Amino acid sequence: MPSPRNEAAPGGAAPLLRLEGVRKAFPGVLAVREASLDVRGGEVHALVGENGAGKSTLIRILTGAHQADGGTVELDGTPLRWTSPLAAAGAGIAAIYQELDLVPPLSVRANLFLAREDAPLGFIAAAQERRHAREALSRLGVDLDPGARVGDLDVAQQQLVAIARALLAEARLLVMDEPTATLASGDVERLFAVIHELRGRGIGILFVSHRLEEVMAIADRVTVMRDGSTLGTWPAHELTRERLVELMVGRPLEQEFPKVRVAPGVEVLAVRDLSGGRVSGASFSVHAGEVLGVAGLVGAGRTDLARLIFGADPVESGEILLDGRPVAIRTPRDAIRNGICLLTEDRKAQGLVLGLSARDNFALANLDRWSPWGWVRRGKELSEFERFVAGLRIRVASPEQPARDLSGGNQQKLLLARWLERDSRVLIFDEPTRGIDVGAKHEIYLLINELAARGKAIVMISSDLPEVLGMSDRILVMHRGRIAGEVPEAAAATQEQVLRLAVG
Amino acid sequence: MSDTGERGPALLSRLLSAYGMVGVLVLLAVFFSVATIQEQQPGGEAAARSVARALEATTLEGTTVVIIGRGGEEDARFADTLARRVRERTGVPPLVVTGDPADARTALGRLADQGVTRCVIATTQASAEVVRSILEPLPALAGARVVTPASYRWPTFLLPENLRNVANQIAVIAILAVGMTMVIVTGGIDLSVGSLIALAAVVTASLIGRMGGEGAGTGAMVLGGAATMALCSGIGAFSGLMITRFKVPPFIATLAVMQVASGLAYIISEGRPVYRIPQSFVLLGRGADPVLGIPWAVLLMGVLYAAAHVLMSRTTLGRYIYAVGGNAEAARLAGVRVAAVLLFVYAACGALAGLGGVVMASQLRSGAPTYGLMYELYVIAAVVVGGTSLSGGEGTIPGTLVGAFIIAVIQNGMNLTHVESYTQKVVLGLVILGAVLLDRLKQRGVGRLGRSQGPGG
Repeated sequence: MPSPRNEAAPGGAAPLLRLEGVRKAFPGVLAVREASLDVRGGEVHALVGENGAGKSTLIRILTGAHQADGGTVELDGTPLRWTSPLAAAGAGIAAIYQELDLVPPLSVRANLFLAREDAPLGFIAAAQERRHAREALSRLGVDLDPGARVGDLDVAQQQLVAIARALLAEARLLVMDEPTATLASGDVERLFAVIHELRGRGIGILFVSHRLEEVMAIADRVTVMRDGSTLGTWPAHELTRERLVELMVGRPLEQEFPKVRVAPGVEVLAVRDLSGGRVSGASFSVHAGEVLGVAGLVGAGRTDLARLIFGADPVESGEILLDGRPVAIRTPRDAIRNGICLLTEDRKAQGLVLGLSARDNFALANLDRWSPWGWVRRGKELSEFERFVAGLRIRVASPEQPARDLSGGNQQKLLLARWLERDSRVLIFDEPTRGIDVGAKHEIYLLINELAARGKAIVMISSDLPEVLGMSDRILVMHRGRIAGEVPEAAAATQEQVLRLAVG
Repeated sequence: MSDTGERGPALLSRLLSAYGMVGVLVLLAVFFSVATIQEQQPGGEAAARSVARALEATTLEGTTVVIIGRGGEEDARFADTLARRVRERTGVPPLVVTGDPADARTALGRLADQGVTRCVIATTQASAEVVRSILEPLPALAGARVVTPASYRWPTFLLPENLRNVANQIAVIAILAVGMTMVIVTGGIDLSVGSLIALAAVVTASLIGRMGGEGAGTGAMVLGGAATMALCSGIGAFSGLMITRFKVPPFIATLAVMQVASGLAYIISEGRPVYRIPQSFVLLGRGADPVLGIPWAVLLMGVLYAAAHVLMSRTTLGRYIYAVGGNAEAARLAGVRVAAVLLFVYAACGALAGLGGVVMASQLRSGAPTYGLMYELYVIAAVVVGGTSLSGGEGTIPGTLVGAFIIAVIQNGMNLTHVESYTQKVVLGLVILGAVLLDRLKQRGVGRLGRSQGPGG
């Protein structure tokens, strides 16, 4: 078992960034208790930990969004205390967040030079900017037109623009917060190539991710955080994935994918030749008690397929059958009334009304059932809510707590509770564990098992291949809007097998 | 994560947001009360009681009591009440003279001719000067005592007449603000309400004019008002349709409807006020209930606020309105009929604007295309001052009522303290800005706490 070490940088070089005993409290909560780590130039340093471990707060301190209450932050041996994100950027620290801070209607070039325009007398030196932009992009090995509108690019390309912007700002330390969460595997490889390139140029990279395979693949060293404190830093090659999970959760973890197989029952949902949006000619069926995994690259049309079935987007042709009978689904309301529900991939934009309370969010899809005359039965609402909070172990301070303030795992459970209260028979999960920590993931898996055991038909879309393989009974693989193939026995399948289908 | 540590500040901020503006309203009322304290002359029954008290120490036997008042209802009540009191004491009805100073002069002259010397003349403060000037050339009555009601110090702002005035002034804006609150909670805006007031006033007046004019019956007036509200509701629904079906931004859709409605008001009225309305029509706008003396318009407003508050807080429709404003896509994916909710909200806002127009036509006993000018801005201001967020998803009906009263109190208070009307505009603008800033500051405080609670990892 390796023990934590904080060995001096090779050749005695001072680390680029050093955090020592950093502490940060918010009213009523000590978010960071004691954090120490150092990042060297030319190193990929991974920071891992469960949600709530204090990673985000630590990052916000680094990037100037929060100020530490105690401890020291040193950049190149100089103690620093920046009071704003701008000051941190000026010191050479750039951050790539999950939600990229780009301006979608502007061009790539305009975004790259935003607030840093070379503009004598207020006139932008366009030709010069365009040249610099091309240089910066090609240095990253990215082939992008500087004139393209950022809103037209896909997430992976946008991320590269954000990285190029950091390079142009001469960042020396790049903080990447879950950079791969929204990327398909091909794009992840490209991102990793870019990270290697940056490392080669002596830039220090602090890489925060839930995806431990990626951490193991890219990191030179790994720092683990738990309950607001850093446990220590280890060279990545001395760690195994299992050891890392144990360090994060503080106890040996049971099997990662606790899949329980249920004998499939009758066919519940069937789709025949469904086309619409990016999807064309999709046919498949799901049985009661079955978990149907849907794999594929981002943009393959998996989410579109789910939205078609749910009535969120218009169907061009084909039919949807429930219990063998065709049903007309034109709106999400129709789908819900037929017992189909969709847990959207983007919980914040499409699942929750963030400003409303947990109770309101839970009740939203159920009010019409409880309240035949349009009168909200508050007692019923509250008792049902409490029942699910206890049953699904949702951590809420009170029913009135805004959904915004819940952690990712609890938000997901809250949405699940909403649909379970509705007694849906077909549950479509789109990226059910995205951005959720290891412990909460495990709980979601157990719930999926339980739902299957109760005879629900489950469709699980996921970009996390081990998850699809580990939790499905059967796997559909999509490629360019079509169902490229089916893997009948998920348990016996390999990642390569699925990937081969996914890339066409 | 601080599941428990959050409660204290959260409760505090909830109290602040619920009662902060009430506090401002109370402070304003206190301020204008103090600023308008002055000598008040009682009138009517109060004046009679005051004079009766003053006369208690005087023996009235063998004395002629004369009560002098001007014409008008208030002085008539003064005279009647006092006359009754005097008769109860002396058993002799006093001489009551109400009307022009000429009448008083004739009456007093006759008394002097009759050789009356012991004489008490009761009159109001306002008439005292006139009475004294009449007595001067009458040496026979040199011994007469002139008794007037005692004045007292009291804020003009808090006089019942003034409070009724404030409530009446605000009624139209407050009625419109109910609908506007719902629209703004969905994340929209309705700029057409001011024009709808004008259109509604003109249409109501014209309809009543067609159905008998000055001789129109109650049925015709109710029918005219209802038809007007239906029309305005239809116009609101039209805006809603543009917004839901054709995805026109609410600002643009209602801006266009605002122009159209204003134009229609001018076309229908041919640019002139419409007057052919029966006197009884003003009951809605100027009348008061006979028991407590509360104006009908204010009662109507109260009923609307109670109904809207129940709608927003206790019904599924209300919940959907908040959900649509908070996140329309999430609401749609939860099975909410977003388009239907929006359609309802704009139709309701139109109907309430129509009702506001009917009330205004009643208050002014006419309908003109110039009514309601800039009212959309006052209404939006009332809603925003009341704590409703322009970005949608939050806001309350009681908050809007408080917001409407804050604006009315400031306007009324400035009138009472003789602030120039140009200055009033400046003050009102700053007040609106201040309210929004206060809200922002409060939210920033809450936001800071909220972030601390987010997932740390």
